[in-house]
Amino acid sequence: MIGTIYLIIIGLGVVLCLLRMMKGPTAPDRAVALDTSVTVTTALLVLIGLILKRKIYLDVSLVYAVLTFIGSVAIARYLEGGIE
Amino acid sequence: MYKNNNYSGKDRIKGFLWLFFSLFILWLLLTSTFYYQEFWVGIVISFIIAITTHEFYIRLGFPPVTPKRFGFFILYIFILFWEIIRANLDVASRIIRPSLPINPGVVIIKTRLKSDLAKIILANSITLTPGTFTLDIQEDRLLIHWIDVRATAIEEATEIIGGRFEKYLRIIFQ
Amino acid sequence: MTWGWWVTGFGVIFLFLGSLGIYRMPDVYNRLQAGTKCTTLGAFCAILGVGIIEPSWFWTTLIIAVFVLLTNPISSHAFGRASYMSSVSFCEKTKVNQSEDFCRDEDNDT
Repeated sequence: MIGTIYLIIIGLGVVLCLLRMMKGPTAPDRAVALDTSVTVTTALLVLIGLILKRKIYLDVSLVYAVLTFIGSVAIARYLEGGIE
Repeated sequence: MYKNNNYSGKDRIKGFLWLFFSLFILWLLLTSTFYYQEFWVGIVISFIIAITTHEFYIRLGFPPVTPKRFGFFILYIFILFWEIIRANLDVASRIIRPSLPINPGVVIIKTRLKSDLAKIILANSITLTPGTFTLDIQEDRLLIHWIDVRATAIEEATEIIGGRFEKYLRIIFQ
Repeated sequence: MTWGWWVTGFGVIFLFLGSLGIYRMPDVYNRLQAGTKCTTLGAFCAILGVGIIEPSWFWTTLIIAVFVLLTNPISSHAFGRASYMSSVSFCEKTKVNQSEDFCRDEDNDT
């Protein structure tokens, strides 16, 4: 019961990030909103694992966090525009 | 960018052992079992990663571990946690107020830390603490975005933003 | 372990506030401030709270939480530097702006 309420609150947070992603005037705005929604989704996956009682969701969220961290840094390097 | 530095054999063995054991402990925590197949796979994988990447680890330049440094590092972690919680309450209270009371600005601060690793830790700590955010680092100067500007002179801003962490980091990294 | 639910709830509230900050703040730097700080503590508390509720998961959740705590400032710093380098303008509320000094000194040094 409490877990479902938590999931709804986190889902609202993801929706706010998506709204910013649609509105964001510049490309860095959208990228920042994506990065934040990734962090929120990591916590969301762990909570889903708790509610469904499956430990595999923890591994999924760890791999998700690792891969999207590399993706975020790559996007940031691209936006920076330098080849140092 | 990648150069083949000639480290001495003693440095290599030391770096290799540190990396190997930290990777192996990470593996044990991740699998959280002592079943023998998992155990041996962990040893093999940690060995392969440690033998291929220990040069990068040595180049980071961790200082040798002494009890004093270790104690101050634990103390530093606790101070950082306290500051993180304060930062969050501060920023959260700004966000939920309808008038959005922000007073942002971009200031420069100076640091006296020498090693790259210490500067990385300082920049990340500043990013996590009340209303400050590291934009760029250039030798000994840091460009900071501050959500509530209270000082513009370099010395004063340095004292307010970085003073708390810098005195501990200077003990740890010297 | 009921107090694990309290820790998780604390984290969930901060995750929501971070997203709200992303939506409400006026320019990209202020958004980064809200997005980094609130979601770092929020994700840390929410994930660790799950580890407290299910004690057999504790070590795995600790690894995920510490990973988020270490990498979130790094990726946010990368985004901040990227928007500063590609000269995204600061919002009109900005009082002080010393970033021109920063660039000029850099040119003198090299």
